Order: sequence, then C-alpha cells, then structure tokens
Amino acid sequence: MSTDTDMKSPEAAAVPPPGPAQEKKRVPKGHKRLLTRRDRIALAFMAGVPTVLHVALVWVTALASIALAFTTWDGIGFDTIKWVGLDNFRQLFTDNPQFWPAVQHNIIWFVVLILIPTPFGLFLAVQLDKKIRFSRVYQTAFFLPVVVSLAVTGFVWQLVYNPDTGLINSLIGANKPGHYIDWIGDPHLNLWAVLIAASWRHAGYMMILYLAGLKGVDPSLREASSLDGANEWQTFKNVVFPTLRPTNTVVLVVTIIEALRAFDLVFVFNKGAQGTELLSILITNNIIGESSRIGYGSAIAVVLLVISLAVIIPYLIATFRKERQA
Amino acid sequence: MSTLALKKRPPVRPARVLLHTFLVVTSLAWLAPLLWAVYAALRPYSETSNKGYVSWPDKLNFDNFTNAFEQSDMMHYFGNTLLIAVPAVLVTLLLSSMVAFYVSRFDFRLNMFLLLVFTAGNLLPQQVIITPLYRLYLLIDLPGITTSGKLYDSALGLVLIHVAFQSGFCAFVLSNYMRMLPHELTEAALVDGASVWRMYWQIVLPLCKPAMAALATLLSIWIYNDFFWAIVLISTGENMPITSALNNLSGQYFTDPNLVAAGALLTAIPTLIVYFVLQRQFVSGLTLGANKG
Repeated sequence: MSTDTDMKSPEAAAVPPPGPAQEKKRVPKGHKRLLTRRDRIALAFMAGVPTVLHVALVWVTALASIALAFTTWDGIGFDTIKWVGLDNFRQLFTDNPQFWPAVQHNIIWFVVLILIPTPFGLFLAVQLDKKIRFSRVYQTAFFLPVVVSLAVTGFVWQLVYNPDTGLINSLIGANKPGHYIDWIGDPHLNLWAVLIAASWRHAGYMMILYLAGLKGVDPSLREASSLDGANEWQTFKNVVFPTLRPTNTVVLVVTIIEALRAFDLVFVFNKGAQGTELLSILITNNIIGESSRIGYGSAIAVVLLVISLAVIIPYLIATFRKERQA
Repeated sequence: MSTLALKKRPPVRPARVLLHTFLVVTSLAWLAPLLWAVYAALRPYSETSNKGYVSWPDKLNFDNFTNAFEQSDMMHYFGNTLLIAVPAVLVTLLLSSMVAFYVSRFDFRLNMFLLLVFTAGNLLPQQVIITPLYRLYLLIDLPGITTSGKLYDSALGLVLIHVAFQSGFCAFVLSNYMRMLPHELTEAALVDGASVWRMYWQIVLPLCKPAMAALATLLSIWIYNDFFWAIVLISTGENMPITSALNNLSGQYFTDPNLVAAGALLTAIPTLIVYFVLQRQFVSGLTLGANKG
C-alpha cells in the first residue's frame, strides 16, 4: 500500500512534488503535525459522531441479525433468548414452503431486469446521445417513473391491472364475469405483472446511468471508427460498448441490489401473497405479521445479507483500488 | 467542405424521422400509466361506473382531488413528512460532509476502511437490519422526548435511520468531491493557524455547494419516497409520512379507483415539482455517485 504515490491525498500535498523527491523519507503526516489539541478533539468529533451513528444503526444491527439467526426469541425480555444453533436455517431450507419460491422470485427479478429494461435503457441512451432535438423532453418522460415513489407506482399500476376497472382488462374485454384475467391475484401472472411495473422504472434509471457513461466516450474514437467504414452497430459493438465497461459494472451492481431490495411494489400490490413472495417480504412478515418469530426472520435476513455482501464487497474493493491508483 | 456543411442545413434524413417517431411513441407509452391515472382521477366515479373506464368523458373536474385531499386529511401526512424529511436531509448532509472532510483531508490510514464501511452499509438491503432495528427501537425509552415514549413510532426514530443509512452514500460522494479541491487551500489555512473547524466550515464546505445541492435534491426525493422504514417503524397510522400513509388511506378513505388515482397523484406532486425544478441537480447527483442502489 503506497500512499506516497497517491497525489490526491492531502498528505501528498505536504510532501514535495513527485519525481526524484519521492525517494526521500516521508514527512510524518502532512496536516496532522500542525494540529492543536482542540483540532484533534474537533476532528475526533467530526469523524466520530457520524461513524458511531452509522455503525450502531446499520452494522451492529446487521451483526445482531446474524447472532439472532441462531436463536429463538419472542421479543419479550432478554431471558427468553434461546440458542438453537442451525435450527432456524434447517427449518428455513427444508420446511418453509415460501422460502425457495422467494429465492426463485428474487433471482427472476434480477434476470428480468438485467435482460430487458437494462439493455433497453442502454438503447434509449444511445439514441438520445445522438445530439437529436428534444432529447431532454424524451429523457424527462423516460425518467419520470424513477422519480415517483415505488408506492405510488404500485397504485398507478393497480389502475392498469385491476381485473374489473383496469385499463388492460377493459381494453381486451376481460373485465366481464367469467372472462376475468386476475393480474394481481393469479399466482401464475402476478409476478410478471409486478415485473412489468418494475421494468418500467428500471429502464429510465439505466438510461440515465448510460447517458452519463456515454458522455465519457471520446468522440474521436467514434469518428475514427466511422471513417474506417464501420456502420453504426459495428461502431457501437467494437468501440463504444467496450469503453462503457465502468458503467456496465455499476449497472450490474445496481441491478443486483435493486433485485435484492425489491419490496415496496410487491407490498402495495398484494403484500407478497402467493406468487410474489420475496426474501424482503418474508423478513418483514416476521416482524409486522401476527407471528413475531425474531430468530427465524433473522435467519432469512442472513441469507439476504450474505448474498448482498458477496456482491458489494468485491465491487467496492475494486472501486476503491482503482481510485487509489488514479 | 466544413463551411459548406455549416451553411447548408443538413437535409432531414429518413433515419432521423424514424428515430423521432420511435421516441415519441415510446415516451407516450412510458407516460401512459401515469396519464391513465390522471384521466381516471379527473372523472366522477358515477360516470366511470356507468360507462366503464375506457370511454369518452362527459365531465372532467378536480372533485376527486379535493375529496381525496380533504377526506383523508392529507395535509396532516404531508406535515409528518416535512417533519421527518427536513431534519433528515440537513443532518445527513452535515454529518456526511464532516466525515468526508476528515477522510479526504487527513490521511489517518483508517480513511479507506471508514469510507468502505459507510458505502457498503448504504448498499445493504434495508430488510437485512430491520429485525434487530425494530427491537432496538422498542427497547429505547425516551419518555417526554417523543410522544410514543420510545424511539419506535416516532419521527425522531425515522430521522435517525434515514441519517444513518443515507450518510453512507453522501460521505462517499462528498469525499470524492473534496479530494478534487486543491490541497493548498487547507494547507495554507492550517499554516495560518486556522482551526480545523474553520477550515471545514469556511473553506471546504462553501466550495462543495454544487455537490451539496445535488445531494440535497436527491435525498429529499429519496426520503420523501421512503415507504419501508415507516411501514415497519411507525405503528400509529396518524404518525406516518405521506408515502407510507397512502397504504392505509387507500383502504379507509379512497373507496373507489378514481379516488385512489387522485390520492396517489397528489402524493407524487411534490416529488414531481422538485424534479422539474431541480432536474439537473437530481440527475447529476444520481450519476455523481453512480454506485447507489
């Protein structure tokens, strides 16, 4: 770890500019050596207060989730906490009829988002990046669903899906008794119905991320490619897309996290009834549902935590390492 | 050749016409669900129940909006949201800028790790921590400070979790931003004997205004749109912020789809206003720290 070469750190500013001087012994701690006692206290406070709050409410609770996953507890008094080892997990993996469907739905959620709205968002971004007129108007339209809360999105789409009064059934004549298509209640349909609403939102989000990424593509690269006689698709495939790699990484991580976090839409739609079970919903039902099974709910949370960290940590380490080198 | 191209307006190419047609059709399709809600909200229930929802309107008015707003006392819930969102945004920006200042200006070795902890925490799904958090909020007694006497079911509790959760993202963005500022600025101040706090408050913070504005816009919309924290951490329907209250209100007061549409749209209006007025800030904030989930 050579912080000496990190020109962006203030410490580096305190030492002479890089080059031959770099070989010299490091001046001990740039800013730090000039600090008074009061400054040190101020700094400790400035870094300490936010850290304590964040760690206490986010990381301590995450660790508590892990600890509680190996216990049973009814939540009344600490003396009722009982260590049960892996029982919660055993029960979860073998006995719970909702667990595997939930895992499956979270995976489907991710696969659908990455295969349909994400490429579509990229496609829109590429079109809107062509210096066309009204680009901003189009962008606003596609991005609007991202701004509206997921709860409102859920209600708006219910007006589309309602079997009696909804737009779809009214249009196709499926709102008469006997011909109902129950988009929200039918467990074979409801997940896909919700996913259409989720995709509606996701495409705009991805479009904005890709538009920002495309701004970073050197225009001369594109020019060179078209001078070489490449057509639009070839230029995109061979020149533009490879340079979008950092954006693609972000998009992948964002999409995975969105798939793991999915909750609001489903909760508004049908509270995660049959057909739309998700890990997040199962956890929440163990808190606000009738049965308050804390240990059991925590075991589901641990599953979610492990999957999330498996994505988050490698991504952040790669990001931070790159930043260090930059 | 280039002067020629400048003088002559390029002819309208068929490819461009096709592209615009495609974009107009798709963006209308994208707006369709929202426009459908607007249409339903503008029509009296009696008319739609007679003629069906897919029909030409006889009457269009704002009755559903005024009814939804008054019957459910929506103002009260907007007030709840304000009481949560304003302190949450301000405190998040204050705390995260302090951490970012520390991390970006003072290399105390821990800084990368600290930033990693903050950023990773923000990327976790909220449900991972909700069970212990819920228990913790029930355990913390605050008699006289909150009306519930606990952290649970209080605006304070929501503010705290918003601050804790969102400061991860903001600290990441702001520390990147602060690292771009020239080091001579603070170096000189320190040599002149300025205190660390003055350095932060009078030198660094004013230079971060663009980033702070972008984050403030983003945070306002996120916190306004939050549904999950309040659903779990607030038990009294009366204490819910508007977005989460919508769920209860739709069962109690919004008795027909037209009223549901009006209520949902009313809830969306503040975010839409913020978005249209501060679109640039919003989008730049979102792409500034594109690692947001």
